[in-house]
Amino acid sequence: MSVTANITPSRAADRVAVRSWKLPVLFGVLALFAVIVFAVLGPDGDATFRISQEGDAWQVPDLAVPAKVFGVVVAALCVLLAVRAYRQMKNEGRIDKWVAMTFTAAFVIGLLVWIIGGTKTQNITLVGLFTGAMLITTPLVFGSLSGVLCERSGVVNIAIEGQLLAGAFTASLVSSITHNAYAGLFAAAVAGVLVSFLLAAFSIKYVVNQIIVGVVLNVLVSGLTGFLFEKIMKIKVDGATIYNQPAQLPEVPIPFLSQIPVIGPTLFRQSIIGYLMLVLVAAVWFGLFRTRWGLRIRAVGEHPKAADTVGINVNRTRFLNVLAGGAVAGVGGAYFTLVAVSSFSKDMTGGLGFIALAALIFGRWNPIGAALAALLFGVAGNLQSILSLAGTPIDGQFLAMLPYALTILAVSGFVGKSRAPAADGEPYIKG
Amino acid sequence: MKLELKGITKSFGALVANDHIDLVVASGEIHSLLGENGAGKSTLMNVLYGLYEPTAGEILIDDKPVKFSGPADAMAAGIGMVHQHFMLVPVFTVAENVALGGESTGFAGILDLEDTRRKIREISARFGFHVDPDALVEEIPVGVQQRVEIIKALVRNAKILILDEPSAVLTPQETDELMDIMAQLKAGGTSIVFISHKLREVKAVSDTITVIRRGKVVGSADPDASTTELASMMVGRSVSLTLEKADAQPGEETFKVTGLTVMNDAGQRLVDDVTFAVADGEILAVAGVQGNGQTELTEAVLGLHKHVQGSIMLDGKELVGRSVRQVLDAGVGFVPEDRQDDGLVGEFSIAENLVLDLYTKEPYSRFGAMNRAVIAKSAQEKVAEFDVRAQSAQDAADTLSGGNQQKVVLARELARPLKLFIASQPTRGVDVGSIEFLHKRIVAERDAGTPVIIVSTELDEVLELGDRIAVLFAGRLMGIVPGKSSRELLGLMMAGLTAEEAQAQLDAPVGDSTAGDAPAGDSTAGNTEGGAHE
Repeated sequence: MSVTANITPSRAADRVAVRSWKLPVLFGVLALFAVIVFAVLGPDGDATFRISQEGDAWQVPDLAVPAKVFGVVVAALCVLLAVRAYRQMKNEGRIDKWVAMTFTAAFVIGLLVWIIGGTKTQNITLVGLFTGAMLITTPLVFGSLSGVLCERSGVVNIAIEGQLLAGAFTASLVSSITHNAYAGLFAAAVAGVLVSFLLAAFSIKYVVNQIIVGVVLNVLVSGLTGFLFEKIMKIKVDGATIYNQPAQLPEVPIPFLSQIPVIGPTLFRQSIIGYLMLVLVAAVWFGLFRTRWGLRIRAVGEHPKAADTVGINVNRTRFLNVLAGGAVAGVGGAYFTLVAVSSFSKDMTGGLGFIALAALIFGRWNPIGAALAALLFGVAGNLQSILSLAGTPIDGQFLAMLPYALTILAVSGFVGKSRAPAADGEPYIKG
Repeated sequence: MKLELKGITKSFGALVANDHIDLVVASGEIHSLLGENGAGKSTLMNVLYGLYEPTAGEILIDDKPVKFSGPADAMAAGIGMVHQHFMLVPVFTVAENVALGGESTGFAGILDLEDTRRKIREISARFGFHVDPDALVEEIPVGVQQRVEIIKALVRNAKILILDEPSAVLTPQETDELMDIMAQLKAGGTSIVFISHKLREVKAVSDTITVIRRGKVVGSADPDASTTELASMMVGRSVSLTLEKADAQPGEETFKVTGLTVMNDAGQRLVDDVTFAVADGEILAVAGVQGNGQTELTEAVLGLHKHVQGSIMLDGKELVGRSVRQVLDAGVGFVPEDRQDDGLVGEFSIAENLVLDLYTKEPYSRFGAMNRAVIAKSAQEKVAEFDVRAQSAQDAADTLSGGNQQKVVLARELARPLKLFIASQPTRGVDVGSIEFLHKRIVAERDAGTPVIIVSTELDEVLELGDRIAVLFAGRLMGIVPGKSSRELLGLMMAGLTAEEAQAQLDAPVGDSTAGDAPAGDSTAGNTEGGAHE
C-alpha cells in the first residue's frame, strides 16, 4: 500500500494583497491640509527652538526656522510622499515603511513649526518639552511594563490605574510617616502587589472574568484611597497635614552625561525611579526574549496547555507574573508623590493607567515598544500644555484632546496590526 | 522499558471514562489501542502522561510502581506523548518549542538555543525528518509539526512514545512516512503506544492490539485479524463496513460552481478558482487533508464568507451575495463540520434544535409565538425516525453522544424539501454503528434526486459515499475522478498533484520514483502547473 512518490506540490495558495486604502487616503488628506495650512496660510515669523541650556557640556545655537518657507517645503514633501504611497499601494499592494515614517515625521515637524511660528513668543525650549514629558512618560512606562508582564503570561491587567493610585497613596503616607522616601518607594511596591494579589486570586484561582475584576479593582482603589485621604491625610497637627508631606526622592544627576544638550536633562538628571525605569525596560525586554524565564512566560501566554504538557505550572507562572506586574506599577505610582508633586491628591493618576494600556498595545506587547509609545504620549501631552500657555492659533482644549485621539488611533490598529498573546485574557483550567 | 497499567480507573463525576483497565506494553513493541471516539483511549493516555490523576489503579514501569503528579514526572520517567492537537506554540520557532520546559541555559538563565538546535539537527538527520530548527511553527506544514512533536519527546529521552490519533491530520502518503518513522523508532528500542480508530493503520503497524470499548478493555487482537473482526470488537456487535448502494442515476446538473474564489481578510486565497457541477441524484465527495479549503468552500455556498468571487448557481439562481436565510430558503440543507459549535445549540432541547431553521414558519409558530405542542410532536416523530437515543426530546442537545447529536442535525436539515444537500464531516467523532445509519440516510437523499456534496477528510468515507470525488489542495481543485478511484491516486492528489499528474506518476515505471525523498507537504516547492491567475 505504500506508494513512494516524488511529490511536488503544484503551488501553495498565493497571498494576494487585499489592498488597504486607509493609509494612502489619510496621507492624501493630511498632505492637502499641509498645503493649505502650512504653506498657503503659513505665518510669517520664525519658529525658534532652543536646544542648549546653561551648564551644558557644549552649547548648540538656537535653531530658528522661517515658518512660511519651511511650511512650503514640508507641504511639498508631504504631497510627494502621499503620491508615492498611493502608487506603491496600487502597484505593490503595500507601502514601504520608510514612506510612512518619513511622512509622519515631516508632518509632525511641519505642524510644530507652524504652531510655534504662529504663537506670540515664537520659541520653544526642547529641554522643557522633553523633561516635562517625562512627568507623564515615567508612570506610563511603569504602567505599561506592568501590563507587559501580566499580559505576556495571559492575564489582562485593566487594574494598572488602581495599582498606580495605590502606589501613589501608599508612597505618600509611608514617606510622610517615616520621613524616608525609600521606605515610601518600597511600600508603594507592596501596595501594587496587594492590588495584584486580588486580581490574580480572583482571575486565576476563581476564574472570574479578568476585565470585570480589573475594573472593579480600579473603582475599589479609587474609593479606598479617597476615603483614607479624607480621613487620614487631612488630619492637621499644628496646622500641617503631617500625613501628606512625603519626603521626596532626590535628583541624582549623572556626571558628564547629564550635561549633554536635551538628552542629559531628560534622561540623566532624574531620581532613582527614573533610572530604575531605564533599567527595567531593558531588563524586562532581555528577560522576556533571551532567558528561560521569558520563554516560559511567553509560552504560558500563547498556548498554556502546551506549556503544561512540558511540565510548566501555568497558573503559578501567571500568579507570580501578575504580582511582579503589581510591584512595577506600584513603583510607577510612587513617582507621582515622591518625585512629580509633593503630596497625594484624590484620583491623581487621572486615567494614566488606561493610557498605559494603550501604550502597551501601541508598543505591541514589547517593553521597548511600549516605552517608546509612552514617550510619544508624554511628549504629545506636554506639548499641549506648553502650547496652551504660549497662545497658539489652535484652541488649547483641542490640543488637550490630541493624546487621546492618538490613543484611539493606536489602539484601533491604524498604525499596523498589533497581535496580542494568543491566550491573553483566557483562564487556564486543567483537564 | 516495560510499562504496565493495573486496574486504572478514571471517573469524572458519575461518568466512568476508564474502568479497571489493565495494559502491558512490552519493551520495543508497537502496541495499538483501538477504540471508537469516546471509548476512553485519550483519557487513559492522559492519565499515563500525568495530566489526569487516576481515581484508582497504578502505573508500573519496569515492575516498579510510579506516581505522576504532572507531565514533568511522566517525562522524567521516560514517557513522551504526541497529542492529537499539537502542543506547539505557533509563534515560537521549532527550537524554542523543543527547548521549552527543558531549556539549556547559560549564566542567569540565559537561553542557549544553539544546544537545542544541535540536538534537533542530530535527530533530524538520524530519522530523515527535514526539520529546520529556526522555522516558525505556524509556518510549517502539519506533517512537519508532528515530527517536531516527536523530536520534543526524543530530546527528552522518551523510551515510551504515545501517539494519539497521529494520522488524523495527515495525507495517506504522510501517514505511510509516519509508519516508517514508527518502525525506525521501534528498531531503536522505543516502545510505542499507538492510539487510533483506523483499522487499516492499526493492522499495518502493530505488534499487539488492545481493544477498548466504553472505558473497558474488551480484549486483545492479533494484527492478522480481519478488519470486520476488529470492527465488531470495537463496536460490540457485528457491523457491515461496506455500504450497499446502487449506482447513481445522475440527472440534470442543477448545481454549478464557476470560478469560485474565497479570500480571508488578509487576502489569502482559501478557495482558489474552483469550478465544478453536481447533478441531481449524485454524490460528489470532496476529499483533501484538513485545512485545504473544504470548509470555506461549503461555507461560501451558504453565504458565510465576505470575500467571494465567482458564481454559485442553484437551479438557475445565483447564490453569491445572498444572505444565509435566502440561501436556506432556496433549498440548501447544510450540515456544518463542527456540530457542537455550529450545528446545535447545546443548551437547547432536542426539539428546539430540530426547528432552529423552521421556527419562524407555520405550523411551528403562529403570530410570532412558538407553537410548542406542534414542535414537540414533530420532534417525537423525528427522534423515532432517526433513531436518536435520548430519554426525551426535551433533553438538552449536549447531553447526547456525538452520533446522536449528528442524527439530530441531519434530521433537521433533511426535514425540508431540498434542492442541494451539503454535509461537512458527516461522521466525524461518530460511533461506527451510527455511521452506517447516517450514510444510509445520505444515500437515500441522493436517491430522492437531490444533488449531494460530502466533505470528508476520511478517505474511507469519501470512497464509500462518492459517486465522483473532487480533491482540494491549498484551495485549488486538483481534479474530479470517478468514485472507485484508487487510494494511491487520491493520496497523490491530496498532496498537490493534479489528476493527470498523479495518474502519470502511478503509471510510470517503479524504479523512477525517488523513494519518498521529497518532504511531503513542503508546499513551497515548485510550481509545476501554471495557475490561471496573476
